[in-house]
This record gives sequence, C-alpha cells and structure tokens, in this order.
Amino acid sequence: MTTPTIVLVGHGMVGQRFLEALADRGLTSRARVVVLCEEPRLAYDRVHLSSYFAGTGPEALSLVEAGFMAEHGIELHLGDPAVAVDREARTVTARSGLTVGYDTLVLATGSYPFVPPVPGRDAGGCFVYRTIEDLLAIEEYAMTSRTGAVVGGGLLGLEAAGALKGLGLDTHVVEFAPRLMPVQVDEGGGEALRRTVEEMGVTVHTGVGTQEILTAGDGSVRAMALSDGSSLETDLVVFSAGVRPRDQLARECGLPVGERGGIVVDAACRTEDPHVYAIGECALASDGRVYGLVAPGYEMAETAAKAIAGQEGSFTGADTSTKLKLLGVDVASFGDAHGATAGCLDVVYSDSRSGVYKKLVVSRDGVLLGGILVGDAEQYGMLRPLTGSVPPVPAEHLVLPAGAGAPVALGPSALPDEAVICSCHNVTKGTIRGAVTEHGCATVPEVKKCTRAGTGCGSCVKVLGQLVTAELEASGVEVDKGLCGCFAHTRQELFEIVRALRITGFRELLDRHGREGARGGDGCEVCKPAVGSIIASLAPSIGASGYVLDGEQAALQDTNDHFLANLQRNGSYSIVPRIPGGEITPEKLIVIGEVARDFGLYTKITGGQRIDLFGARVDQLPVIWARLVEAGFESGHAYGKALRTVKSCVGQTWCRYGVQDSVRMAIDLELRYRGLRSPHKLKSAVSGCQRECAEARSKDFGVIATVGGWNLYVGGNGGATPRHADLLAQDLSDAELVRLIDRFLMFYIRTADRLERTSAWLERIEGGLGHVRDVVVHDSLGICEELERQMAGHVAGYRDEWAETLDDPERLRRFVSFVNAPGVPDPSVRFVPERDQVKPDLGLLAGPVLAVRTLEGTTTA
Amino acid sequence: MNVEVLLPGTADWFAVCDHDALTPGRGVAALLPDGRQAALFTDRHGRAYAIDNRDPFTGAYVLSRGLIGSTAEGRAFVASPLLKQRFDLENGRCLDDEAVSVPAFPVRMR
Repeated sequence: MTTPTIVLVGHGMVGQRFLEALADRGLTSRARVVVLCEEPRLAYDRVHLSSYFAGTGPEALSLVEAGFMAEHGIELHLGDPAVAVDREARTVTARSGLTVGYDTLVLATGSYPFVPPVPGRDAGGCFVYRTIEDLLAIEEYAMTSRTGAVVGGGLLGLEAAGALKGLGLDTHVVEFAPRLMPVQVDEGGGEALRRTVEEMGVTVHTGVGTQEILTAGDGSVRAMALSDGSSLETDLVVFSAGVRPRDQLARECGLPVGERGGIVVDAACRTEDPHVYAIGECALASDGRVYGLVAPGYEMAETAAKAIAGQEGSFTGADTSTKLKLLGVDVASFGDAHGATAGCLDVVYSDSRSGVYKKLVVSRDGVLLGGILVGDAEQYGMLRPLTGSVPPVPAEHLVLPAGAGAPVALGPSALPDEAVICSCHNVTKGTIRGAVTEHGCATVPEVKKCTRAGTGCGSCVKVLGQLVTAELEASGVEVDKGLCGCFAHTRQELFEIVRALRITGFRELLDRHGREGARGGDGCEVCKPAVGSIIASLAPSIGASGYVLDGEQAALQDTNDHFLANLQRNGSYSIVPRIPGGEITPEKLIVIGEVARDFGLYTKITGGQRIDLFGARVDQLPVIWARLVEAGFESGHAYGKALRTVKSCVGQTWCRYGVQDSVRMAIDLELRYRGLRSPHKLKSAVSGCQRECAEARSKDFGVIATVGGWNLYVGGNGGATPRHADLLAQDLSDAELVRLIDRFLMFYIRTADRLERTSAWLERIEGGLGHVRDVVVHDSLGICEELERQMAGHVAGYRDEWAETLDDPERLRRFVSFVNAPGVPDPSVRFVPERDQVKPDLGLLAGPVLAVRTLEGTTTA
Repeated sequence: MNVEVLLPGTADWFAVCDHDALTPGRGVAALLPDGRQAALFTDRHGRAYAIDNRDPFTGAYVLSRGLIGSTAEGRAFVASPLLKQRFDLENGRCLDDEAVSVPAFPVRMR
C-alpha cells in the first residue's frame, strides 16, 4: 500500500490548526503531509498583530511549537506559494517549480486586503495591514513620517491606527460609514468608541470616502482627497478597508467560487472535487457566508481533518461573537448584536463621561439574544455563554456598573456545564471543571495546556481563572501562598501590614504577624531581606531610618547590602560607582582607573554603561570608597534590589536621528530613583528615537523618544526569559512621564512578590497590563496620590549610603576581615594574573583546610 | 563579656571578642591561633554560635557573612551568602545536603 499525500496550501492560523488536527488524529503518521507557504515564516497570531508594536516580537507571535514540524514529519516549504493546481493529474506546482502529487488537497489561502480602486493607491507610502512583513515595511517608512492615515474604521483599521499611533505618528482614521466598526456596533456604541479613540489622540473622519491619493514630486504620498471636497495631508496611508477571499488558485483550476468570492464548500468543507477541501477565510461555507474570524476558521480546520480521517463532522455556520481591545478600548459584540430578531427589545446603558456603552438584546420572554459592549467588556466572558438562555438576573442589572443599583454577583458559577467558555476551541465549562477535578490541573496554564481553552483569542482567560479557583476551592485544595516558613502572608500582604501599622522592625512584625511556630525566632534568609526591602521602600512614610544598615535593619540585609558591595566567588567584593545615564567626564574616568590600578582591581565595563571593579577585600572597601566619594562618585546600588542604571543613547544632542535629549532624561530618572529599594532589581533605559539604540524595551521601565514627547514601556526583561516591554502610555511630556513612572514603580513595589521582576509581575497580576494601566494612568483605585507621595518621600530622603557610611566610625567597624584581628587581610582572598589583569586564585580555595600563616605570625599592616 | 571558642582538638578556650561586637542576627569572622577561620553568630536572644567559616560548596571563607534564621523546629542556621545552602549552627550539618557538614565549635561567654 502506498502512503497517501495530503498537501496543505497556506500556513496561516487556520492552516496550522489543520495540521494540529491531523496530528491529533494520527494522520501525520499515516500520510505524507506537504505544506506550501507563501510567507517567509511559520504560522503566527495574526489576530494580535498590532501587539508586535506593543512589545511582542515576531517570535512571540508564532503559533507553532518548536519541533512540531519535525516531530510529525511534515514537509514545510516556506516562501514558496502554490501557483497552479492540476486536478486531473492531481498535482500542485509551487513558485519554485516544485511539483507535488496529492491524494487530498486542502486550500487554506486566507484572504487579501481589499484596496479600493482610487487613483494613486500604488504611490510610495501606501501600505496594507495583513502580515508581519507589512508591519515591518510600515515601521521602516514611519521613521521618516509624521502623519499617517488609515482608510477603514473597522476592526482591522482601528488595529492599524493603534499601530501607527504606537510608532509615534499623528494618526487619522477615515471611515466611509457614518460610525466606527459599523459591522460590530450600533450608533450608540460607535459614538462611545469614537469619543474614546479621539481622546487617545487619533483623529476620526466618518461618513467620508477616499477619492484620490495625491503624490509629491518623487511619487510618494502627500495627501488624500476626501469625498466631502476636503483634503488630508499625510505621509503614509494604510488601506484597511476589508478583506477578500484568496480564491484565485481555485478559480484557475475550475472549482466553483461564490459570486462575491470564496471557494464553495459543503458542510464537510469539501469543494466540488472530492479530493479538494477549502477552509478558513478563503472558503464560502455551506450557509453561504465567508467567515473572517479565527474561531470559525478553526472549526473548519477540525471539520476538514475529521472528513479526511473518515470521521463525521460538519461546519454549517458559526457564532461571530467577538471581543477585542482596540487602541486600548474594549469592544465586544455577540449574538444578535444589531437586534435583527423580530420583536426583540433593547436594554441600553450609556455613560459618555467614561466612554462606556452597553446594549443587550433580549426577546419578549427574557431570553438574552445578543449585545454590544464598548469601553467595558468585562462581562463578555459571562454574557456570551448565557446567550440563548434567560439570565439568572434581570437584563438591566447586567449592564449597570458594579456598585450601582442592586449588586450583581453573577460569577461563572451561574453558568451551566454545557456553556461554551472558550469559543475559539469550543471548550465547555464542564471540560474545564474536569481538567481540575479529573486531570489534576491546579493552575490556569495547566488547564490551558490540557483543554486548549484560552489559547485562541484569550478573551476567556479571566473567566477561566475564576473557574479554576472556584473548582480548586470546591475540592478543598488550599494553596499556601505564604512568603516562607515564617510568614503565612504574601509579600504584598506584609507590605500592607507594614504600611498600615507603621511597623519599622522585623522582630515586631514576626512576633505579631508571623506563623505561630516562627514567632520569637530569627526568621529566615527568605523573609529577612524581603522585610528589609519593604521597610526600606516605605522608610520615609513609616518613620523608619532610610539608611539600610541602621539598627535592627542591619541584620536583615543580604551580605551584598550589608557590605554595600557585590560578593564574588572567592569571598572578595566588586564595586560599581554610579555613572548616571552612562555619562562620565574624563577626570572621573581617570579616578576610576587610578583606584583600580592602586588596589589591583580587575575592571570590566558592564552592560548597564558602568564600570565594575572586582577583587576588593572587605577591609579595602572603605578606603576605596573614600577615594571614589572624594572624586564625586556615589553608590551605584549594584548590590541592592534597587534601581541599577538608566542606560541611554547619545540622543538628539549628537545623533542625526535623535528627536529628544535622551541622556538628560536618563540622568534625571537615574538620580530620581537611585537608592529606591524594590522587590527585585530595577533596570531602565532611554532611547532618543524609535531606532531604540538604548534597548529600552528590554528594561523594567523603558522610555523611547517620539516627536511629540516620550513613550513609556514597562515590564521588559533580558536575561533567561527575555520579554519586550509593553507600551503603557504615549507622547508624554517630561512631567507626565516622571509622574507615571513614580506611580508605576510604587505600585509594583507595593504589589509584587519577593524577587519578582516587573515582567513576571505584569504577567501574573490579575488583569495584567490593562489593570496596571487602569491603576496608574486612570487612577481606578484612587491611590495615585499616595503612590506619588511615597515616591516624593523617597526622593527627598535619599542620601548616598557610602558617604554616610564613611562619615560614621561605628558603621565602618563592620568592614574588617576578622573581628579579632582588624588589620589582618583575609589570606584566602588571593589573585593570579590573567590577560594583564587579575582573577581569583581558586586553587587556594580547593583544599579541605587552608594553609595560612598563624595569628601570631601575622603583622597588622 | 567575652565570647570564647573551644579550640578544636584542645581543651583551650580562646577569647575572640566582646559580645557587644556581635550584631544579633548576623555573624563575624574570627582568626584562630592555628590560622583557621571561625564564623561567630549571635541570635536575637543573645545566644552565640561558632562554626567553621569555610563554605564547603564553594571553598570560599564566607559563612560568617550569611544570614541566620531559625527552622520551624527552632534550630538556628546560617544560609551561605554564595549559593544559599543552610548549615545548622549547633552541629554544622548542612540542612540541604545530608552528606555535607562543617566543623562546629563550642562557645561560652565569660
């Protein structure tokens, strides 16, 4: 028996899902599977394309697990699209000339952006918005542009507008219909959306069409002529006026297509030719519709895979409910959103102050038929599964904001087991409960992996979290969230206790709030530095000493903080003086060189634009620092869970591309936040233009200059788990930037776990970036004033720890190698030469006991 | 009041320092007459402990610079400042690796 061949044309989201469906059914081991893909990369998440600009790189958008193709023996040809199908010979030919014979052909060619036939549409500076390549081209062109216009105010158009805004362009949206997102929302919703979008600085033009793209002498875009006779000056145009099915291949081989495009398929997703299937956006489903959403596409992928495997399955139409975040605004539409059902009624809540619009469509007998949510789509995860049933509370209660009128405690527990929670992967509440109770999943990531729920558009993740927690609690699982064996509280809870009760001592905290058995004890290596850090962060506002080594606080600090230097593997320390923004005078450089030479220190330039001096003994630290302080240096806090460095590029002053003075801003920020103790180290950078030479998006808080001010990115990280920072706010003035960073850092310090970097914190906290933005930008918790006050207290109370230490003989007493021989250097700290400098003599440490001079034999030099 | 350490293999008590030189919850290093190094600690109740200063996992003479704590059973320990293994301050046993221990020295105050 020969092995059958399945050829898939197109490797987008639906194509990848089809391959997974084949693998799930064991077809990849029974058949040869060949994939022809036009794009140069594996399937990626097109739904979240604009997140590429908000901090997600192309790799993070990938939908293909590493090794998937190899594991299943799939032959993948990237950058080689199919160009012809010979149905008689059953072969497909690719652009490279490669011809593959097939037993089954699956077309998943997706759609192409529709560009209205206006004159000048091919001018330089005109783009479409569909692929990562499109985005990269827009990004490059935007470098030399100031204004950008998007043609089309639908879902993709607003996504594109968000992307242009993120690139620092003055952004316009031109929509032919009288409102934004005409397909999903009604007039009221469109109005709410428009107001919010305009508040974000995007100019909206509705009810006007694009008549012509006007060009400059060099053939590039100069302006757009609009149907109302006006013109709009712009450097860049993105066409986002809808998509059309890519059915060319099918047309050319004689397969029937719909009048308005789309390859005609039956309920099994099969075309007229029994050997050929079509799935996703290129197909005209058996209900006569072309579905442009990912969830129906996934269903079609499953249906086709089932049919090929000889199983029953059909796709006869799908729910087109959607929930999106466009330009930071939640928009959701589900069921009969426009009230097309005969005799249906509306319940509407509209608050134009906060940009919230909610409409529910109900039947006369109270059945929820559909709805539209703009500005606050929190309830989408609950309302969509309730569609088609009579909700347990009256509809008016469902649209009122929390706290208004009768309280509505409508949690996921109100849903029946058959309610579909994840519509992308068609996962019911019952399946999710089963994952917890029968498959032992105890966390959302585990449930996601087990059921695939929440791995599509992600709109159900919040409800998913609530379900998992409710199920765990119901089965009596109690997770100890305590900081350590001494405290049953989390770091955040301890922070609140210290703040509210103004506790300034570790013993007091342990004896009053520690676990029963730990009270009266010494704490441990986990809680002591954590509490030390909390007290240091809050010092000015709770009346504690700002000096981290005062009194009882001295016993809490890790050795690095204790000696204000970084312990290295042979027991020596390294020293990093602060060099704000990486700017240093020749005189100061010479001092560092002289100190390093005089004390025989190994010197290395750090990644944070500073200089690290290695190999100092404990007893040398004060003498070295006396020299550094005298030359005007201060502690760089490289030893602390504190602000490290604010790196910068050279900026507008010198660089021909720079648009702001990034060095000055970096220095200002570094001096403002120096010494700030936090749950983990904090790194920052400021770039003077979008070229991002300072790598700000790999930092806890990164600032990138725009023509209009500064963009603030948060939650970035390098290291073992790199993460691009997310855009928090755009086009900020100096003062707005500083105020926002004040709030962000204090909110992080307040709510993060011990040793939790901002990147992990942002991923963990409920509501994620959206919640953090609500709190620090929109002040949803009403705490911003307090956060700012705490930061002001820190700034006012800052003193250089090394200068303070040198001024106090009592504090200097600890800097000895031996308590009983203060002048004796530690004989175990020795060095050997390496590349014209020194390195630790580790051979000396290898033996069981060190052979050293006796106490009697030593001199006190 | 002086803190004294019983020198290993002898019956001699060696006076290291005044008790006031110790910070509760922290340690100091002491040089013994034979050139060995001891790490001296005192807990919050003023009780003193001494173990060898050498961290057996790295070879570095740094245990005196670790943070001390107490286990749920109330045993005092120090966590190495390098790789954080914990050592029982009374008997020198490593709490994270049964096969490893450091010498512990009897301590008295005079």
